[in-house]
Amino acid sequence: MATQTKEADFRTCPVTTLQVHRPAELLITANAVTAVVFLTVGGILALLLALTRWQAVHLLPADWFYTFLTAHGITMLVFWIVFFEVAGLYFGSSVLLNGRLVAPKVGWVAFGLMLAGALLAELMIFTGQADVMFTAYVPLKAHPLFYLGIILFAVGALVAVYLFFASVVVAKHERRHTGSLPLVTFGLVVAAIIAAFTLISGAITFIPAFFWSVGLLETYDPAAYRLLFWAFGHSAQQINLAAMVAIWYALATLTVGATPINEKLSRMAFLLYILFINLGSIHHLMVDPGLSVVYKITNTSYIMYLAVLGSMIHAYSIPAAVEVAQRAKGYSKGLFQWLWRAPWGEPGFSALVVSMVLFGFLGGVSGVIQGMMQLNMMIHNTIRVVGHFHATVVGGTTVAFMGLTYYIIPLIMRRDIISKGLARIQPYVYGSGLFLLIVGMMLSGDMGVPRRSWDIYATGGAFTTQFPAFTDVTLAMLGIGAIVAVIGGAMFVYLAVFSLLFGKDLRK
Amino acid sequence: MSLAAPERIWWKPLGWDEKLWVWVSLVFCVILLSGMIVWHVAGLQTAPSETYSVSVERFTQLTDDFIEEYKVGEENGLPVVRPPAGGDAYVQASTWQWSPILELQKGQTYRIHLSSKDLQHGFSLQPVNYNLQVLPDYDYVMTLTPADVGEFTILCNEYCGLGHHLMVGKLIVTE
Ligand code: HEM
Ligand SMILES: [Cu+2]
Ligand SMILES: [Cu+2]
Repeated sequence: MATQTKEADFRTCPVTTLQVHRPAELLITANAVTAVVFLTVGGILALLLALTRWQAVHLLPADWFYTFLTAHGITMLVFWIVFFEVAGLYFGSSVLLNGRLVAPKVGWVAFGLMLAGALLAELMIFTGQADVMFTAYVPLKAHPLFYLGIILFAVGALVAVYLFFASVVVAKHERRHTGSLPLVTFGLVVAAIIAAFTLISGAITFIPAFFWSVGLLETYDPAAYRLLFWAFGHSAQQINLAAMVAIWYALATLTVGATPINEKLSRMAFLLYILFINLGSIHHLMVDPGLSVVYKITNTSYIMYLAVLGSMIHAYSIPAAVEVAQRAKGYSKGLFQWLWRAPWGEPGFSALVVSMVLFGFLGGVSGVIQGMMQLNMMIHNTIRVVGHFHATVVGGTTVAFMGLTYYIIPLIMRRDIISKGLARIQPYVYGSGLFLLIVGMMLSGDMGVPRRSWDIYATGGAFTTQFPAFTDVTLAMLGIGAIVAVIGGAMFVYLAVFSLLFGKDLRK
Repeated sequence: MSLAAPERIWWKPLGWDEKLWVWVSLVFCVILLSGMIVWHVAGLQTAPSETYSVSVERFTQLTDDFIEEYKVGEENGLPVVRPPAGGDAYVQASTWQWSPILELQKGQTYRIHLSSKDLQHGFSLQPVNYNLQVLPDYDYVMTLTPADVGEFTILCNEYCGLGHHLMVGKLIVTE
C-alpha cells in the first residue's frame, strides 16, 4: 500500500473538528459534481418522457421517446446514483474516520474508467445505436460499445469499492480511528459488500453480452440473461438501500443530533441486508418461464422477508432516535411536541422525512405487495412498477442524497449554500411532485397501462386498446407531478452548482 | 451520534418497545410468506410454472399446425382459431403481433402455450390485467378457464423495438 499518512495532507474541519484528507476531498468533489451533471441530464429527459406518457400532451415522436427512455434509465439509475455513492464511500472511509484515502491515484483511475464508460454508453444511446433500455434484454441487441461502456463503468466502480475497503482498513491500522466503526460507515461497508457482489454479477451478465454482440458468442439464452441481469440489477438497488439508510442516520445526527437508540439493533438490521437482500432478485422473474414455484417463493420472500425485517427496524429506530434527541432538548410536551418542533426548515431534515415517507409508505409497501407472486401477475411490466421504483430510488435514495449534499457543500467543498430560502422549500417541492408522479404511475398501472409504451392506445396497430376513462386523470397526475418534481430537481441543481461556484467561501 | 465511533460496549439488550416492534414485524413477515404459499395452493389464480424448452422453429411449426387445423376465420389479417375445449392452444409473439386470435368457450379449460419468435415480449391480457413474460426458446404454458364472455386485448408490455406500442392481439370468449 501507498506511503504513510502525511499530516500536511490534512485540514481540520472547523465545524466537526474532523480531520479532512485533502486528496479525498478532491475526489469526493469530482464524483459528486459528475453525479449532479448526470442528474441534470436525466432530469431534462424525465420531463420530456413524462410529457409523452401523459397522452393528452404526447410530446416526443416514438423513436426519440425510446432513445430517451433508455438514456434516462441508465443516466439516473446507474450514473447519477453510482457516482454519488462513490463520493459517499470516500467520505465515509476517510473524513468520518479521520483517515486518508489510501491511494488517491487509484481513485482517479476509478473515476476515469467510470466517466469513460458512462460517456461511451451515452454516446451509443444518443446516436440511436442502443435503444435497448437499461435492461438490454437479449436478444434485443445494442452496439458492442454500449456493453463495453457499461463494463468499463462497472470495473471503475469496483476499483472505487476496493479503495473504500482499503481506506477503512488502513484508518484502523494506523489508529486514526479507534473503536467500532461509526454506524454510518458501518452502513456504507454493508453497501460496499453488496456492491462487490453486484458488480461481479454485472460483469458476468455483460461480458458475455459483449461477446455475443460482436458475434463471438452465437446465442445468449434469454432466461439465463434475465437471471444474471437481475442478480446485478436487483442487488444494485440494495446498495442504494443500504447507502440511503446510512445517510438517513447521518442526516438524523447532523440535523437534530440524534444518536441511535440501540447500536446493536441497527447494526443487526444492516446485517440482515447482507444476508438476505440479494435473494429478492427473483421478484423480477415472478411470471417468467423456466423457474419453479418453490424457487420463486423462497427467493422472492427473502427466505421469510428477513430483509424487510431489516428495513422495518430502521423505520423504527431512526424516528425513535430523532424523538429521543428532540425530547432531550426539552421538546417533550405531549406526545408529539418533539415532532412539531423539529427543524422543518432545515433541508437536511425535511429531506430525511420526505425520503423516509416516500420510500417507506409508497416504495416499501408497494414493493412488498408487488413481490407477492399472484399480485405480481397483475402488475408485471405495467407502469405501476415504474411508480414503485420512483418511490424507492427517487423518493428515497435521490432525496436522501440531495439532503446530504446540503452538508457536503459547506463541510467538504467549503462553500455556503447561496439561497437558504430556496433550500428550505426544495425537498418539499421535489417530494410533492414525486408523490403525484408516483401515485399517478401506480394507479395507471393498476388499470393495465403498460410501462415503456409510447402509445397505450396502439393507434395504427391491428387493434386498438381501451382503458378506463380514469386513466386520463391518472396520466395527467403523472405529467403534472413530473413538472413539479422537475422544478424541484432544477432547484436542487441550481443550489448545488451555484453554491459551489458562487457561494461564500468558508475557508476565509 | 452515528458519525463517530459508538461507546466501547454497544452490545446491549433491546428495550421492551424495540423487542415488541421486532416481534410484530416478524409475525407480519411470516404472514406475508404464508399468504403467498396458501394463495398458490388454494387460490383461484396464480402464476403458471409449467415450462418447456422449445426451439423457435419447432414452436413456429406447432403454431402453424394448430392454426391450420382449427382456423375458423380471419380478422385484420390475423387467423381466428377455435381450439377444442379442454385442449392445447398456441399463441406466438413476434415483432409486432400476437398470432393467432383465439376463440375460447366460457367455462372450458385450455392449456395455452406462449412463446416468442424473436425478441422478449410481454403478454398483457386486458382489461383483466393478467401479465406474463414471453421468451424465445421457452414454451410457457398457462392453464386458463375463461370466466367472462367478451373480447379481450393482448398488449405487449415488454419493450421490443420501435413498433412495440403497436403490438396488440385479441382473445375472444364466447358462451
Ligand atoms: C423529476 C424526476 C423524475 C421524473 C419526472 C421521472 C419520470 C419518468 C418517466 C415518465 C419514465 C418512463 C416510464 C415508462 O414509460 O415506462 C421514467 C422511467 C425511469 N426512471 Fe424516471 N423520473 C425521474 C427521476 C428518476 C430518477 C432520479 C431515477 C433514478 C435514480 C429514475 C429512474 C428511472 C428508471 C430506471 C426508469 C425506467 C426506464 C426503463 O423502463 O427502461 N427516474 N421516469
Ligand atoms: Cu412485443
Ligand atoms: Cu413490446
